[in-house]
Amino acid sequence: MLQKIGHRYLTLIVLAAIVAALPLIFPSSYYFRVASLVWVSAFAAIGLNILMGSAGQVSLGHAGFFGIGAYAVAIGPAHLGIPTWAALLIGCVLSSVLAYLVGRPILKLKGHYLAIATLGLGVLVALVITTEGRWTGGPDGMPVAKLTLFGWRVSGSDTWYWISGGLLLLGTWIALNLNNTPTGRAFRALHDSEVAARVAGIDVARFKLQAFVIAAAYASIAGSVLALMNGFTNPDQAGFLHSVEMVTMVVLGGLGSVVGSIVGAAVLITLPQVLTVFQEYEHLLLGFLIIVSMIFMRDGIVPTLSRVLAKRTQS
Amino acid sequence: MPEFVQFLVSGLTVGAVYALVALGFTLVYNASDVVNFAQGEFVMLGGMVTVFAAAAGVPLPLAALLAVCVAVVVGLLLYWLAIEPARDASPVTLIIITIGASILLRGVAQVLFDKQFHKLPSISGDTPVNLLGAAIQPQSFWVLGGTGVIVLLLYVFLERTVLGKAVLATAANKLAARLVGINTATVMALAFGGSAAIGAVAGVLITPITLTSYDVGTLLALKGFAAAMLGGMGNPLGAVAGGLLLGLLEAFGVGYISSTYKDAFAFIVILLVLFAMPQGLFGRRTVERV
Repeated sequence: MLQKIGHRYLTLIVLAAIVAALPLIFPSSYYFRVASLVWVSAFAAIGLNILMGSAGQVSLGHAGFFGIGAYAVAIGPAHLGIPTWAALLIGCVLSSVLAYLVGRPILKLKGHYLAIATLGLGVLVALVITTEGRWTGGPDGMPVAKLTLFGWRVSGSDTWYWISGGLLLLGTWIALNLNNTPTGRAFRALHDSEVAARVAGIDVARFKLQAFVIAAAYASIAGSVLALMNGFTNPDQAGFLHSVEMVTMVVLGGLGSVVGSIVGAAVLITLPQVLTVFQEYEHLLLGFLIIVSMIFMRDGIVPTLSRVLAKRTQS
Repeated sequence: MPEFVQFLVSGLTVGAVYALVALGFTLVYNASDVVNFAQGEFVMLGGMVTVFAAAAGVPLPLAALLAVCVAVVVGLLLYWLAIEPARDASPVTLIIITIGASILLRGVAQVLFDKQFHKLPSISGDTPVNLLGAAIQPQSFWVLGGTGVIVLLLYVFLERTVLGKAVLATAANKLAARLVGINTATVMALAFGGSAAIGAVAGVLITPITLTSYDVGTLLALKGFAAAMLGGMGNPLGAVAGGLLLGLLEAFGVGYISSTYKDAFAFIVILLVLFAMPQGLFGRRTVERV
């Protein structure tokens, strides 16, 4: 137990050190921007990992919640006169309520049925965003007003670097703590065997729903922050490909591993930046890398590496 | 009445393509338990390879045949290079592999071909046929007829040939099939090659009506998947019924309700059906063993 607590804080301290130290080696503001993107995506991936890794449920439509968050901070101030920070909270509540309402019937489904149902939900959210052009600017997207806190306009890539980095630390802290609560243990029991969990007296439906709502809230906040950071949002944020990208981050990094989600996000965000050199071949290489890494690192990068390291230290 | 017939035929035409994609999903799923999200890319390959081979001077029928062959080779490579090496991975991992394959294929098509929309000439011209007052594209009959032939051929293959029975046996119980001497690896390769061929034929038939481009596969795969689930995953007849039903719902939805939400109908229906019947319309209930 003591070791577990120690491990948890060690993860947080190392992560905080990385967030704090990276700017020292960044040569230009472009790097701040890419790193902020990584932090925000990692935040969303950590939330999705609570659903996929801990509770063992797949969601192929999670970008829908991301999109709701993004458009909440866009539409709220522009059309309804709501302050940006309040719009972010409203978006988060909306996503959670939607996840709660839809999650009840959806989470009864298993395997591929759950996959197609969540996929359908995501596609529908993206379709509404694309179609209701009067509110959302349609396929072209819409500008997002800058965040103002206590009369201070939040802008600049280094400012957003610190905000998104802080957010990531907060998200990591919550997710790590969750693992050691009765809820976290219930999630893991669910993951191993739903029937066994039910026999052990766990209210399976309730915990699945909890994980779904938590994951939706994480995605929504990430969506809001990304939209504010970019000063712009478009329907791609809610699209199927973005959902796939989020799931890939989680699985690539390692199901059930909080650190894995951060690594997965870092790989998938920085890769296209590196690949722009090959521009035309970007998709080709991305697809190829996804296939190869899934074949050779089936459990994800972090669990595979830690297993290799454990073997090294043993021998 | 003319309006109704118009919607009916256009719904069945698009539905036939969804049915073929769903049939491909089902074939692969039955043989290997893999949901192949690259299924839509076979349809894209069917259309795109035909377009570019024809542009290079190959006679149209030969170009179509070439397209089907290319798709089959891609299907087999997908199985041998990506699915086989990961065969005991989790379903989510396998789904991501096939999604990776679909991104890869789209990337290849974008590099080899281009990003434009392309059309193929209709097989028997573009003069509309009058049917109960509705103007029907002759190509619609080709799509419907072609789908009928494929479904029939598949049925005969599965029910009347030894190899087809091996596919059914593998679908029913892989271990038992292997124990009675069926080479399940061959069966799986067959399923991937066959589903690729079916997808490519669908692509050749529909391109004169809906056009094609390097990225048409994604939405087709999603709707084909929805159709397969609607019919009950793993049931070939269910896949065909699900596809046609989805096409009809879309056509009537667009005609009588709203055209802006064309793509939404499929997903609203699939959500409603799954809420009420979690196993799909024709799916069997399965019991999880602990």
